[in-house]
Amino acid sequence: MLEVTWLIPALPLAGFLALLVAGRRLGEPLAGWLATAAVGGSFAATVVVFLGLLGEHAEERTFTQTLFEWVPAGGFSVDVGFLADPLSVTMCLFITGVATLIHLYAVGYMHGDPDFTKFFVYLNLFVFSMLMLVLGDNLLVTFLGWEGVGACSYFLVSFWHTSDANASAGKKAFVTNRIGDWGYMIAMFLTFTALGSISYVDIAAGAGGLATTTATGITVLLLVGAVGKSAQLPLFVWLPDAMAGPTPVSALIHAATMVTSGVYLLTRMNPVIAQAADWAPMTIAVVGALTALFAATIAVAQTDIKKVLAYSTVSQLGYMFLAIGSGAYIAAIFHMVTHAFFKALMFLGSGSVIHAMGDEQDMRRMGALRKLLPITAATFIVGWLAIAGVPPFSGFWSKDEILLYAYDTSPVLWAIGLVTAVLTGFYMSRQVFLTFFGEARWDRPITDAAPDLACERGLLPGGDDGLEGDEAESPTVRNVYESGHRPHGVGPQEAISSPHESPWTMTVPLVVLAGLAAVGGALQLPFTSSTRRLEHWLEPVVAPDEAIISVATSLKVGLAVVAVIGGLIGIAGAVVLYLRRRPADRPAEPRVLARGWFYDSTISAFVGGPGRKAFDAVAWFDRTVIDGAVNGTAALVRGTGGGLRRTQTGFVRAYVGLLTGGAVILVFVMILRGVVL
Amino acid sequence: MVEVVVFAVAALVILGGAVGVIINRNPVHAALSLVATLFGIAVLFVAQEANFLAAVQVIVYAGAIVVLFLFVIMLLGVDTSEDLDAEPLVGQRPAAIALGVLIAAGLIAVVTTSTITGVPAASERWVRDGQDVAQIGRLLFTDYIFAFEITSLLLVIAVVGAVLLARTRPGPQIDATETVPSLPGDRRFALDDTDADTDADADDTDTEEADAS
Amino acid sequence: MIVAAVSSGWYLSLAAVLFALGAVGVMVRRNPLVMFMCVELMLNAVNLTFVTFARELNDVGGQVVVFFVLVVAAAEVVVGLGIIVSILRRRPAATADDVSLLRG
Repeated sequence: MLEVTWLIPALPLAGFLALLVAGRRLGEPLAGWLATAAVGGSFAATVVVFLGLLGEHAEERTFTQTLFEWVPAGGFSVDVGFLADPLSVTMCLFITGVATLIHLYAVGYMHGDPDFTKFFVYLNLFVFSMLMLVLGDNLLVTFLGWEGVGACSYFLVSFWHTSDANASAGKKAFVTNRIGDWGYMIAMFLTFTALGSISYVDIAAGAGGLATTTATGITVLLLVGAVGKSAQLPLFVWLPDAMAGPTPVSALIHAATMVTSGVYLLTRMNPVIAQAADWAPMTIAVVGALTALFAATIAVAQTDIKKVLAYSTVSQLGYMFLAIGSGAYIAAIFHMVTHAFFKALMFLGSGSVIHAMGDEQDMRRMGALRKLLPITAATFIVGWLAIAGVPPFSGFWSKDEILLYAYDTSPVLWAIGLVTAVLTGFYMSRQVFLTFFGEARWDRPITDAAPDLACERGLLPGGDDGLEGDEAESPTVRNVYESGHRPHGVGPQEAISSPHESPWTMTVPLVVLAGLAAVGGALQLPFTSSTRRLEHWLEPVVAPDEAIISVATSLKVGLAVVAVIGGLIGIAGAVVLYLRRRPADRPAEPRVLARGWFYDSTISAFVGGPGRKAFDAVAWFDRTVIDGAVNGTAALVRGTGGGLRRTQTGFVRAYVGLLTGGAVILVFVMILRGVVL
Repeated sequence: MVEVVVFAVAALVILGGAVGVIINRNPVHAALSLVATLFGIAVLFVAQEANFLAAVQVIVYAGAIVVLFLFVIMLLGVDTSEDLDAEPLVGQRPAAIALGVLIAAGLIAVVTTSTITGVPAASERWVRDGQDVAQIGRLLFTDYIFAFEITSLLLVIAVVGAVLLARTRPGPQIDATETVPSLPGDRRFALDDTDADTDADADDTDTEEADAS
Repeated sequence: MIVAAVSSGWYLSLAAVLFALGAVGVMVRRNPLVMFMCVELMLNAVNLTFVTFARELNDVGGQVVVFFVLVVAAAEVVVGLGIIVSILRRRPAATADDVSLLRG
């Protein structure tokens, strides 16, 4: 049964190739069904492999399948092979499962788009790359997938590339990822140098003999790579801008799969992290905690429905990094899985709302949608409760695990996590209330219903908070006017006529994901050993390095209660501020938060200013010194040749003179050497 | 004693003739100085008991080669003198003199300060019985037979070549200024004037031509 | 070694000087025929050297070499004068300096 491992990435690859060749002929919606079937088949294969692994003993749940030798370079030999063990199969399960649902959703969402088939070509390629990433049995195959998902992210984010802002968002994503990729590559080189191999099996076996400095170096460099791919501080800037892509892309790539690659990588390399100096995992935890808090503060002030979710994703990823830094690999994976469910759910739900609102994405224009979009609203609310950490939804269990391990590592980190949980409850509730509750602000012209929004868009005079800088360039705002997407209603400036519920292709995935978000907590219930299913399942992969904490049950319960109360406080705050008040009385979003603490503008100011000078200096150096050396050598040779050319006078007598000169020299050399006749 | 005197006189003649070749403006005078040198060399050959060679030297060199030179000089009418005062190449004269002195000094130093270590006494390929012709002949036809045959071939080729080269080809005289700019010693000739009838005066105003660069 | 009144060093020195004079003549004169004559001077110096050594080393092979040099010099003069004739017939005022088109 395990031999079908290769089918898992092969089916999406086949789908990609088929659509590449014949997609245009298949057209809509057949191309979409083909792509969905490919990923669905991949999910089926994953289930088969999963059952196969279940049949093995816990210690023998490692299956490697080598396809062919990729780099036979003497001492450095890399194969293209797959490693099916609990960790990779877990990843594959939720990746392929969620991807199938999102493909189905996209069939409905992208209906009418002129580039329908191109979308599915890219989506299948993406799924293939992601599966190579998690199934690869060595760092290089993972890197292949790593780069592949980065490239697909670029393709898909700038899918509607006729708009400058969308194209820039794609480039920003790619370039920022690249900075992280440098860290990954150096870590790979270091690993090879230290261990002589980059396959995970060898790394796990040989990590114990690593010197601490080497392991620390590898860990830090892997963290750099993970920070880029998983949008942590300081490289998170690409994720909010990546919302320029179509909503299925945001759901699949920027919620459930690609951004979790960093977490997966660190978990996979846990033997190395265990050998590193103590400050290395602590750095990981601190980065995660700070990112979580930072992003949550920004999410509080966002008005675009997708941007809230984007910053929320950054924040939740911070939680996962916090878990890894605290040694709680299982908790990190658990949260990754539950987050995939509820975040994908909410992204798809927001897509449904956007679809109904005629491509309007600003929440100030929404309201009271729950009666018109019942399924969307109900599922979204399930997701909301999950992320806010309300028991018994899945988010509560996973977040609670993380906070417990964080408390064990450092109470300060736990406190940061707690504050973030409060903020999470607040901003998610704010989003739900603004979108689905309250009074409708879409059934009148925008100048009437949401005057501050109209001022921002330049439809009304005045408005001191005119869009400038980053916000003006925000791709999601532009999308409203310029996306190639077909509008449903009359247009966002006028009243939007009757938002309606989405077709079944879009609502079925919502329902399935809502169910998973609701019951997903069952994976790892902390009550007794038998309910800790995920822990037992992942044990062979992470066991030696999983932190073991022995705290009293009362402390655990206490922490859980505190976390729940924190979430409820956040929700209550949003109720007070947004549910009960009239729109005019609601507080304005603080500008510094809405602008993301001016992080983006600072970076562009630096790069444009002193950064530019530094780049110009480097370019000058390259031009003058390095090129100058090369050109100077050529000029020197040319000059010397030009000078020597003067001996070629063409006069025979001069040549005779030179000849005689040579003869004289020879004679004198003979004399000096004492020639004997 | 005799040999010393012979050597001294012959040396003087040789060197005087050599200097004459160099210095004489008129090519005919130079050729005659060459003859003097060749005679001096022949005398020294005799002094060194190379009688056959002395004879051959006179017959071939002085009697044939120099005559050939004179024939050509007369044929082409280039017996007009060359202007030795002007030297178009900058620095050629001093360089030539210096090099000449140096090479002479060097060679003299070599021959006087070194000892000869040839394999003489053992080989004894020359029996001093006055029959040097026979001995030369024997060597020619045994040890150096190959070179001998090649040389005869060379002579044939030289003759054929000379005939080919000196054939009269149709065509007007080249006006030098047409093809090459600023030639020294330029003179204009009318077309179809094959003889250097125009006896230009001695001073060819050589244009100052610096080292071409 | 033959004991002679004039040791071979004298002859060799004379030959060296003659050679040097010939070299100087080639460098200084412009008339091609005179230059050729100076080359003949150098050849004669070499001949003298060979004959000197033939006597010194008691080997008539030196004289054989001189023989060959003579023959080859004769052939060389023939061909060289043929060339000079063919050039000077067309360009009567040509000197050695006129053959300077192959310059850098």
